[in-house]
Amino acid sequence: MQAKLIRCTINGVYTEKYVDVRASLTDMLRDEYELTSVKKGCEVGECGACNVIIDGECYNSCIYLAAWADGKHIKTLEGLMGPNGELSDIQQAFIDAAAIQCGFCTPGFIMSAAEILESGKRYTRDELRKLMSGHICRCTGYENILNAVEKTMNRRLEKKNESDK
Amino acid sequence: MYDFNHLYEPASAAEAVEMMQAHPKAKIIAGGSDLLVQLRDGINAGCDFISIYMIDELRGISIDAEKNIRIGALTSFSKITKNKIIQENVPVLGEAADTVGGPQIRNIGTIGGNICNGHTGADTAGTLFALDAMVELTGPDGKEIIPIAQFYKSTGGVDLKPAQLLTAVIIPEKCYTGYVGCYYKYAARNAMDVDIVGCSVNVRLSEDKTVIEDVRAAFGVVGPNPVRVILAENKIRGSRVYPELAGIFADAAVEEIHPRTDFRGTKEFRLHMAHEIVKRMFTEAVKKAGGDI
Repeated sequence: MQAKLIRCTINGVYTEKYVDVRASLTDMLRDEYELTSVKKGCEVGECGACNVIIDGECYNSCIYLAAWADGKHIKTLEGLMGPNGELSDIQQAFIDAAAIQCGFCTPGFIMSAAEILESGKRYTRDELRKLMSGHICRCTGYENILNAVEKTMNRRLEKKNESDK
Repeated sequence: MYDFNHLYEPASAAEAVEMMQAHPKAKIIAGGSDLLVQLRDGINAGCDFISIYMIDELRGISIDAEKNIRIGALTSFSKITKNKIIQENVPVLGEAADTVGGPQIRNIGTIGGNICNGHTGADTAGTLFALDAMVELTGPDGKEIIPIAQFYKSTGGVDLKPAQLLTAVIIPEKCYTGYVGCYYKYAARNAMDVDIVGCSVNVRLSEDKTVIEDVRAAFGVVGPNPVRVILAENKIRGSRVYPELAGIFADAAVEEIHPRTDFRGTKEFRLHMAHEIVKRMFTEAVKKAGGDI
């Protein structure tokens, strides 16, 4: 087995570990770091269940070699929560909007939403639809997911406007 | 776990070439959004990979004093779409790159990989044909820069020599200045799909916007490679702009293409769509350029 030392920052914590070079980033995050919000869905980059943020951009970790994570900043759903497991606004919005049924696609969707929200820009419904198009959900029919993202976007922008005043 | 054997990680393009010479059977992997997916199906199982993904010198977009644009082979689709140089000079390439897969795929997929994968429907490849772009190949004998059309084999796929690496895509100044381009990807879904037919058109009008000074059009998925419709271009080059011209151009263009039937669409459907799309893209490009059509 060929192993490589992967030095990276995961959810704000610097870490290093020898990892089998044949591992995908999904394998590494789940098996080495127990970050099980990173789901194994299609494993060919189509469903988005394994989506994580690497250096500010979303990637399907199932088709990303763990070896490439060396030197990167990685964020998973676990990184959105507060120190005592408090939910972030976007997670709560998914619950409030009934944007979750079985929940398998949810962490992936929320990480895409997190990237969108962190941009601080306002998007139209159609733009959001395109930005969230790298995910498959077989339960909700997508409308409630878009509602959750749109509501959180509006709320954050309102808050920002108020604090700017 | 992926079923491959060894992972070589060169730190530079020069080192990658050396490794390719030392391990001629190893496969080059860039973003991996094709190769890793194929590996899940057992294609190339047990092979060695030379990963060039970490070579940052192959990333980025620059423009030189003569305004030639250079795109590093590992530049991702999303970086191309968001890039100022591309937006200001060749927006059509950014628009084409924005139709690939979905958002996450556009972050991992690279323009070099899109070309070297050799797929006829590669969204950026068709547009690069219509732009008359060049590719920079680095090998044991140094660098060579050739037109993208020459880089393809007549039987399909790209003609990479042993230990040769595509290191950049170059769009010469004369290929884009004054041109307006449009790209359309026709696919069954709006995201995460491969095109049934793709078409990219570039038009340059005379100063008074009444004459087609130059036109270049290329299709994807109508043959083993992306293909330019040179005869149709010749037919209308120099013509004045009038409403029926788009139809005449489309009639001539579909004479030059030879689509096949596959699970995505039949030959007849592709011909029909190709005719309609090239007509629309030509009209849109002329309109965008300020022509009255």
